[in-house]
Amino acid sequence: MAISILNKLRTKKGLFYLLALLLALLPLMMSNFYINLLGQFLAFAILVIGLDLLWGYTGVLSLGHGIFFGFGAYVMAIYVTIESSNGAVPDFMLWSGMSELPWMWVMLSNPFAAIALAIIAPMILAFILGFFTFRNRIKGVYFTILTQALVLVTVTLIVSQQKFTGGTDGLTNLSTIFGFSLSDPRTQTVIYFITLALLVGIFLFCYRLVNSRFGKVLVAIRDGENRLRFSGYNTSYYKILVFTISAGIAGLAGMMYVLQIGIISPSMIDIIPSIEMALWVALGGRATLLGPVLGAILVNTGTTYFSENYPDLWNYFIGLVFIIVIVFLPGGLMSLGEKISKKWRNFNAKRTNTGTFPEKNS
Amino acid sequence: MQSEQIQAHSQKKILNCKDIIVKFGEFTALNKFSFHIDRKEIHFLIGPNGAGKTTFLDVLCGLTKITKGKAVFDNDYDLNGKPEFEIARMGIGRKFQAPTIFPYLTVQENLEIAMKQNKKVFSILKAKMTKKEKEKLDKQMETIGLTKQKTLIAGNLSHGQKQWLEIGMVMMQEPELLLLDEPIAGMTEEEEEKTGKLLQELKKQCTIIVVEHDMDFVSKYAERVTVMHEGALLSEGSMEEVQNNDKVKEVYLGSKGAV
Ligand SMILES: Nc1ncnc2c1ncn2[C@@H]1O[C@H](COP(=O)(O)OP(=O)(O)OP(=O)(O)O)[C@@H](O)[C@H]1O
Ligand SMILES: [Mg+2]
Repeated sequence: MAISILNKLRTKKGLFYLLALLLALLPLMMSNFYINLLGQFLAFAILVIGLDLLWGYTGVLSLGHGIFFGFGAYVMAIYVTIESSNGAVPDFMLWSGMSELPWMWVMLSNPFAAIALAIIAPMILAFILGFFTFRNRIKGVYFTILTQALVLVTVTLIVSQQKFTGGTDGLTNLSTIFGFSLSDPRTQTVIYFITLALLVGIFLFCYRLVNSRFGKVLVAIRDGENRLRFSGYNTSYYKILVFTISAGIAGLAGMMYVLQIGIISPSMIDIIPSIEMALWVALGGRATLLGPVLGAILVNTGTTYFSENYPDLWNYFIGLVFIIVIVFLPGGLMSLGEKISKKWRNFNAKRTNTGTFPEKNS
Repeated sequence: MQSEQIQAHSQKKILNCKDIIVKFGEFTALNKFSFHIDRKEIHFLIGPNGAGKTTFLDVLCGLTKITKGKAVFDNDYDLNGKPEFEIARMGIGRKFQAPTIFPYLTVQENLEIAMKQNKKVFSILKAKMTKKEKEKLDKQMETIGLTKQKTLIAGNLSHGQKQWLEIGMVMMQEPELLLLDEPIAGMTEEEEEKTGKLLQELKKQCTIIVVEHDMDFVSKYAERVTVMHEGALLSEGSMEEVQNNDKVKEVYLGSKGAV
């Protein structure tokens, strides 16, 4: 009995449940400030699951997920801004000479519309982008560059359309949601647990997906897309769908993130954050789902701790870690765990887990 | 009555290719190549290196576009300009020269995704392994001799096993026309033997075009043979007829001293 529980815990799902339990208990022994901070990291953890589905399993690298994340965050922030000011026109609009809320804002003054759009808008954007790239067989580096271009265009647009978006400053006046004060620790604790629940839900959703026949097809696309076409698969549509799902997950993450950090500005969704998201995935271990979650939480925890104590050192350290991982541990943290447990189980050449990312030439 | 006969005759042909020209820039890889094959026939394609054999298979499965000419499958399906996945769904299966399997899926998973089924995104999303499918997969693994390797990651198979797995994968597609490019390349003699047996099994289910260099293998299993040279048809007939053709002796067999 005890053995079988132990065995279950050694699977990725088991380990994830353990992690979730830990994350549910941590607030008991943390100050409100840190609960809030950890909640932000959990939002990142949600995002990287979607990114792993796209990159780790399907082999499509997006360095533009900051934008999908940003979509969710901005949409939510607009709703909260309206609610916080009781529908009054925000200051930055008044300064730009606008006396009425623009129609886009009016549309988002309904919370349900806002929540739905925070997820659906990034999905539509990804669908359109995916449709025109994947169907024309644009892939690999070319696709990745396109996603970076998307970031540039969108950020430029947000900055230049200051009267609608708040420009470089972003949206800063976020004080209440559904009448609850966002600065109240109780509200934040509730949001923390909602984020955790969403993390668990998204993980289980993607876990099911990658272990289904659909998931095997994704891995086959990653490892031999051209070959798979000759088996009768129109791989473009698979990639469009996965890209769209992944963008929706990013939007959801952005929505939860902005409620906890209380501000959103273009610099938070720009090129650098977009690249960092992919690095968390790589560090944790592609095509493992659990690895990226750990990657996002650990790197952000590290960043917070070290930037408080040794601000300069941390950047060098994290740079070094990334290089070490890419050179010596291409499978990320999870492959470290797998290497150890492989020895433990004396697995010789039996399967470990479906579609763990190729260690060579990736 | 007569028209029925004509129809019956043409129905026998599963593939009709006429005067196919394929150019890569200035270079002509296929030069007015014509070819047809009856249902349930096993047909070998031979010829010296660079003769255009692989290019011809590439044309049939949609990898290479035809510059000029016509290729018609199953009486009325024009292959030119059709996307690969559609041609595959129509019933043409391709095994490539170098074994191309999915290295990070298990043997069973490789066969599972190759299996004939509705391969549209939303059908695959909903797909659950049925009992019937499971039986089919088990049977296929037995046929290709990989039952013991069922849960093994395919990348860990030996070269010969990978070749069989790929043959198994195209078989799972239940194609009407099977294209095999050098299936025994790099195999041991024992493995060759097994592959030959497999081919004879396969023949009961579909029409097969095999590209092969190994003359012993060809003469052992061939019904009809087509010899290609510089992108054109040199000779066609039984192995014996082909072997005794002077032109063939000159350009191919003679120079290699293979016969
Ligand atoms: N994509 C391409 N671009 C340019 N030339 C090509 C291309 N594909 C094939 N060729 C050329 O076309 C000719 C025919 O090649 P093909 O691969 O069909 O020969 P083959 O009969 O299969 O030879 P082998 O027995 O060596 O496999 C060769 O000279 C080859 O270099
Ligand atoms: Mg060839």
